[in-house]
Amino acid sequence: MSTLKSVLGAAAIGTFASVSAQAGSHALDLSGQTVDFVIPFSESGGSAKWANFYAPLLSEALPGNPTVVVKYMPGAGSTKGANWFQNQNYADSNGTLIFGSSGSTQFPYLLGDPRVKYEYADWNVVLASGTGGVAFLPPDLAEKMNGMDASGLAGTDFIWGSQGATRLDLVPLLAWEMLGMSVEPVFGIKGRGDGRLMFERGEANIDYQTSSAYLKTVVPLVEEGKAVPMMSWGALDNDGNIVRDPTFPDMPSFKEVCEATPACSTEGDAWEAWKAFFIAGFPAQKMVFLPNGADQAAIDTYTEAFNTVMARADFAELSAATLGDYPQMTGQPAKITLKLGTEVNSEAKAFVTNWLKERYGVELN
Amino acid sequence: MDVLATALPALGEAFALILQPEQLMFLMIGVLLGLSVGVFPGLGGIAGLSLVLPFMFGMDPVSGLALMVGLVAVIPTSDTFASVLMGIPGSSASQATVLDGFPMAKKGEAARALSAAFASSLFGGLLGASVLTFFILIARPLVLAFGLPEMLMITILGLSMVAILAGRLPLKGIAAAGLGLMVGTIGEAGAGGSLRMVPESWSYFDGGTVAFESYQYLSDGIKLVIVGLGIFAVPEIISLLRHDRPIASSGTLGSGWFEGVKDWWANIFLSIRCSVIGVIVGVIPGLGGSVVDWIAYGHTVQTAKDKSKFGSGDVRGVIGPESSNNAKEGGGLVPTLIFGIPGSGSMAVFLGGLALLGYDAGPQLITNNLDITYTIVWSLALANVFGAGLCILLSGGIARLTTIRFTLLAPFLFMMIAFAAFQSRQSLGDLIALFAVGLLGIFLRRFDWSRPAFLIGFVLSNQAENFSNMANQVAGSKFRRGFETGFEYIASPIVLVILALTVVSVVVGIRQAKQILPEGDVETGRKRAPLIFLMLITGYLLTAWVNAMLIDQTGDKIFPVTISSVSLICCLLLLIRMMRAPEGDAIFADREAGADGAAEHSLWRTMSWFAGMLVLSSLVGFILALGLFFLAFFRIRAGLGWIKTLILSASGIAFICFMAGTLNRDFPPGLLQSLVKLPWPLI
Repeated sequence: MSTLKSVLGAAAIGTFASVSAQAGSHALDLSGQTVDFVIPFSESGGSAKWANFYAPLLSEALPGNPTVVVKYMPGAGSTKGANWFQNQNYADSNGTLIFGSSGSTQFPYLLGDPRVKYEYADWNVVLASGTGGVAFLPPDLAEKMNGMDASGLAGTDFIWGSQGATRLDLVPLLAWEMLGMSVEPVFGIKGRGDGRLMFERGEANIDYQTSSAYLKTVVPLVEEGKAVPMMSWGALDNDGNIVRDPTFPDMPSFKEVCEATPACSTEGDAWEAWKAFFIAGFPAQKMVFLPNGADQAAIDTYTEAFNTVMARADFAELSAATLGDYPQMTGQPAKITLKLGTEVNSEAKAFVTNWLKERYGVELN
Repeated sequence: MDVLATALPALGEAFALILQPEQLMFLMIGVLLGLSVGVFPGLGGIAGLSLVLPFMFGMDPVSGLALMVGLVAVIPTSDTFASVLMGIPGSSASQATVLDGFPMAKKGEAARALSAAFASSLFGGLLGASVLTFFILIARPLVLAFGLPEMLMITILGLSMVAILAGRLPLKGIAAAGLGLMVGTIGEAGAGGSLRMVPESWSYFDGGTVAFESYQYLSDGIKLVIVGLGIFAVPEIISLLRHDRPIASSGTLGSGWFEGVKDWWANIFLSIRCSVIGVIVGVIPGLGGSVVDWIAYGHTVQTAKDKSKFGSGDVRGVIGPESSNNAKEGGGLVPTLIFGIPGSGSMAVFLGGLALLGYDAGPQLITNNLDITYTIVWSLALANVFGAGLCILLSGGIARLTTIRFTLLAPFLFMMIAFAAFQSRQSLGDLIALFAVGLLGIFLRRFDWSRPAFLIGFVLSNQAENFSNMANQVAGSKFRRGFETGFEYIASPIVLVILALTVVSVVVGIRQAKQILPEGDVETGRKRAPLIFLMLITGYLLTAWVNAMLIDQTGDKIFPVTISSVSLICCLLLLIRMMRAPEGDAIFADREAGADGAAEHSLWRTMSWFAGMLVLSSLVGFILALGLFFLAFFRIRAGLGWIKTLILSASGIAFICFMAGTLNRDFPPGLLQSLVKLPWPLI
């Protein structure tokens, strides 16, 4: 098998050879080493795709061109892997361990889930990746919308395939409820793809997808006349305001729809809570961390490596399919995003906890 | 025809793309990697694909696809080695192969069983690929016709196979399946996330707090790999080890590989039918491959005229499941490619690799890149030919393993299943779970509770619960909209057809079950031991029932409560019968009263070797424990001299280190490792 491996290796090196290695003086040299890129999820799903997208690029950009391997550590809705990472010390790995967290890791943390034994403040963020999402309807129901006013949808029984009320899905559930819509989630699907399939089969009559999935799988449905976009969740501008999603400039954001719908208000507890969890779930969805105790040299090395990746001439083209047209942040912007994504004021938290309990009977502790 | 006009030119282009020396070389590398990885139980496609994924980025798309498809396509082929030769289900797709394949190996017909299996795999794979070719263009509406009620019905059809595999006492079969379903519900519920039968769930009800360790392990449930290994492999290995003789009891090989190919040809129509089953089940997204071999096996048994040999080495029991599991790969690519929804873990990794090559699965892949799509089809077909051809040629030689004294083989098998089990969660809990399930497997085997029924229940548990909950919810909303809408939803033509099939399968099954002994004939013994085991099972089910009753959310509660109630009733009826029946009744089946009891070594002493290795692992880590275990086992149990002992131990350790190193896997760490930092592979 070793000969096979070297053939594979040779082929891979051949294609990589055209890209020059990082020059400059770094404290960290990873030549001949293997970097473990641990994600607390299984091989299927968005985080695996995201990590596998970055792994080979990172390998080229890191000093010494280490092999970057994605390791999967699924369990307990990603809290298992995150708890494990909390116990890692930088001195044990010396830069050969990074961890990729996702919205599903942040939500239990934000909601004070007793399973959470990790603390984001101990970790060192080196990359933050954002995304967005789009809600869509079947054409006959979309007609009931009056421009941006969603009041016409109030009398319809909506069925929606959901992964669970305490996951990322709480953002759309709360949004729809604020618009006065009655959406009954059917829990137990395994991924958002299954939810879309339910929509296509007519079993569900509302759905949402994250941006890259929407572009790839729902836009064809829209072109065939089988789905109509309702709204995007929006995006965050530099001052922390919710604006139209730049990937979907022609689509109203939830904020606009909410303003146009009398039942909905962009002030008060519900709105603040929605906004807080939206930020944690979408613009600050995925982040890469070095473990507790990492020195500045290591943080700089990784920051610079991610900057190099993003400076590639072909990065926009490569990332469009996997990541969508969203900011990939390092350095200070990544730190700000981390703060936005992992800090929610206690009112918002109390509102959501209470809402989950009353509406879905879910108790978190 | 429109479809032909689109398909043929693209098919030709794709053929030209794949038939280049470079692409063919990558295909061969994929096939060889797939065969090497597939031989090891519990590793399978995900491990293999993860190995090549880092090289995907920047590769020529056709070469990359050839590499990945070549690898995935042959895994259901090569995992047959473990199923037939060792009785270890190599992957979820070849569990049913064990039932007749392994008894054949014991009879000295390993080469025949293997080559029949490979010929069937080859045929199924090719049929799957050709269906994929045309079906992929028209499949979308057909796949969309399978909604939640249809998927639920297929799941129930799968469960109905319990009827024919229940063994001598139908009640016992139902109880075994119920137990399997209940073990499948352990962990967080799919719908509301309530904890079930996790130790913490009791304290959770009590004080609202969650302690951590067992919760962390059990919340995602016990993985199929561990249950498959524990229920089938551990009992067989322990039993063989007690007799201290080769797997092929005579020590010689009977009929050779050519016989097997002839067997396949004689049963070509069976092979066709089972391949079609494989393709159909594969095409439906969300079902996964783990039922397909059981449905195929059930079908094989139901349609056979002479059923007396099933379970004790009927070659048709190998041909059926093996035809279906390779055909499933072709079928499974349909939803994967046209909807971008992976049907299994390895398909998910495959989609990730596809994205690295610059393509995204979905309708646009078929419309815009039909030539690329078809290179996948060609790779699939070619890989099946290469892979199965190679395996047929090798089967005669590899079958010789069954003539080696088993005591020399067993330590390596223990090493492999422990390592395979550890891959499921990379936690010490994996080893504990393997031991616990293995113990259950040993007793199920000893007291003749149908292990296939247990496994079918386990495999289908999550699907049965989720689909019924979800279908119920959606149907409720449809009925609110109008009775007709609701009725059309739950009573679609597809549902009715599958329902009819299920009824036929149950009726035929019940009528014939008594003639079929999926695990051979079992002697009866004294009353005490079978009674104690039944009480233990009843106790577990009762605990699970109480635990489920304590759950607040109805959606998470109803399934375990219903299933455990039904199983408890079965157990009570069995108890009543046990009290009335005289000694010697079939209900007191006990292998210890027969050949097993007469074996040279006792059950417990043999089991404690395995237990010892696991306990040592938890103390000093896997590799150190393995070293000590090898030395002790070869020296004491096998009675070898020091030189042989050292050579065998060293080669075993070198082998596992090489494999783990190549696949970038870790070993279970022990207490020692938490105190001292040791270099790989001792960590």
